[in-house]
Amino acid sequence: MTRKKEIRRIDVDYLARVEGEGSLRVKVVDGAVGDVEFGIFEPPRFFEAFMRGRMFTEAPDITARICGICPIAYQMSSVHAMEAAVGVTVGGQLRALRRLIYCGEWIESHALHVYMLHAPDFLGYQSAIHMAADHRDIVERGLRLKKAGNSIVGVLGGREIHPVNVRVGGFYRVPTKTELLTLVDELEWGRDAASATVRWVAQLPTPKIEMDFELVSLSHPGEYPFNEGRLVSNKGLDISAAEWNDVFAEEHVARSNALHSRIKGRGAYHVGPLARYSLNFDKLRPLAQGAALEAGLGPTCSNPFQSIVVRSVEILHAFEEALAIIDGYERPEAAYVPVTPAAGVGHGASEAPRGLLYHRYRLDDDGRILDAQIVPPTSQNQLTIESDLRAVLEANLDLPDAELGWRLEQTIRNYDPCISCATHFLDLRIERSTS
Amino acid sequence: MAVHSPILRKPTLAVFKFASCDGCQLSLLDAEDELLAVAEVIDIANFLEASRDVRPGPYDVTLVEGSITTAHDAARIRRIREESKFLVTIGACATAGGIQALRNWKDVSELTALVYANPGYIDTLDTSTPVSSHVAVDFELRGCPISKGQLLEVVTALLQGRRPAIPTYSVCVQCKQRGTACVMVAEGIPCLGPVTQAGCGAICPAYHRGCYGCFGPMEAPNTEALSAWWSRLGVDDRGLVDSYRGFNAWARAFRDASDRHEAAITIRGATP
Repeated sequence: MTRKKEIRRIDVDYLARVEGEGSLRVKVVDGAVGDVEFGIFEPPRFFEAFMRGRMFTEAPDITARICGICPIAYQMSSVHAMEAAVGVTVGGQLRALRRLIYCGEWIESHALHVYMLHAPDFLGYQSAIHMAADHRDIVERGLRLKKAGNSIVGVLGGREIHPVNVRVGGFYRVPTKTELLTLVDELEWGRDAASATVRWVAQLPTPKIEMDFELVSLSHPGEYPFNEGRLVSNKGLDISAAEWNDVFAEEHVARSNALHSRIKGRGAYHVGPLARYSLNFDKLRPLAQGAALEAGLGPTCSNPFQSIVVRSVEILHAFEEALAIIDGYERPEAAYVPVTPAAGVGHGASEAPRGLLYHRYRLDDDGRILDAQIVPPTSQNQLTIESDLRAVLEANLDLPDAELGWRLEQTIRNYDPCISCATHFLDLRIERSTS
Repeated sequence: MAVHSPILRKPTLAVFKFASCDGCQLSLLDAEDELLAVAEVIDIANFLEASRDVRPGPYDVTLVEGSITTAHDAARIRRIREESKFLVTIGACATAGGIQALRNWKDVSELTALVYANPGYIDTLDTSTPVSSHVAVDFELRGCPISKGQLLEVVTALLQGRRPAIPTYSVCVQCKQRGTACVMVAEGIPCLGPVTQAGCGAICPAYHRGCYGCFGPMEAPNTEALSAWWSRLGVDDRGLVDSYRGFNAWARAFRDASDRHEAAITIRGATP
């Protein structure tokens, strides 16, 4: 005798509050999770291809256009790669200014995600604008935090989105001490508001799930990583950026216009705030470290739903770091280290707000780009996002479809996916069937 | 912010993304001081980057970011046009094809093979084109990225039923307004400012670098005169091609200027 077939299907046509668009296909057969595919359909833009033949000095301006949310990350990874290729090192105050502008981007991007994109999930709102109807003061605090981060990027970079002031070797123009001091009052407010943010997100209702990730991030002996360091993991990885292609492999699958990245011989891994935090907790500045412990985090974190807390801790760290950099700033005489074109290969890895961003370029004698390779954080996290989706599905099959669908969206948003670096249209579909 | 709209109900706003970096629609969320006030007078009916609350059209004002690079998107922009009273393109991608329009000078199948291991999985058109190549556009807002002040001006003006006050003169005018000495005259730094539309606020010269053309060609630009000036500063034809082929490469005046210099390279290459 055959059972009557029961098919349950959930269609959530749009995944909102992510940067870019993609698709999710989930199948549940007889209560068991079947295929889980997180697809990326952002139309390809071919940056790596059309950069061939362009001058090495153009890379920071061109690659910034890969992502309007994290242009500094692209500018930083590209200038480090180019400087490595032509044999130049940038240190002192110029290096400090690079960290400062990165602080601005982390604050702006993380505040956007924590308040506008992620928090509404925890409280059941469609958007931060809906949330503002009940929590106006909180949303206003988030917007002001975001603006404080943007003000750093604006002063140092010329504008918030696609800043103009970063160049290979340093900057076009370095700010005066007075210009940076105008930021201090707002950054001090921001530091306090970031502490309050950590306390606020720590009490949000958070799904409990622990994942056994291989966490990968930069690690630097003296500081929480932005621009420099070795690539390390909690499972023994310890390499320089130049060894990237020995360890990581990218593969192209039908469901995605982004290349999937994996560690050769091991598979999926995780980049982003959780990885940075868990591998560099001891390098956080004191207030950030204290706030993390007070919020109930340990020195490592493997619950992706707590990424909102870790991001908030990183916002606080970035405010402390920015204030310290401004305090110690003395305007350097030269805005940049001169660079001369030379043939060579250069690698650069820096920590974008949403995780490790790797660039590699090969240059000819004139400094023209022969080939380019760019590995954004979201393509590195794709496989891990799929394994999270599977785990969250398995733990929540008893939820009604609408709630389960929203929980899966939230699972994706845990990663603050920069699908612009990757996707087109997130069409979420859960198919349940019994056979 | 008071919007005296001729539309009696709360006007609806939609935001759509095509091939782009997300930066121009982010400008709306970057209007930190105005966002909540805007949301009180405008009904944000479809803005996926910000909200799960998505309602079907028609919409009073539709903002479109990104260029058209796939057959699917070419069909999608036609549907969006049908359900939009005012359609405004925001940024260099939607208005000129964006940096990804560099493909328009190449063989796309070769580009695909360079980036992707299995080119057969990739569905793409040979060109990246502006929205206006596909549907009628009511207003084109320039910039890579757009200026959020200009964005607020355009939305406000359309809802008030007046023409947006967006200047079409060159970046040079904004350098004068800002009090920045001309970097090209004073220091010999090549600058696209004389042929580029204002709107950014003339940021680059104030940061001691030449303009690189984010807002695209101004009205009736004299690219020949500018190219001659750049040549005297030591920039060769290849350098000129690259400079015109930036984020607004496919905009007519920049495209023509770049083709002119590319032809000059070819002619010299053929007759040594």
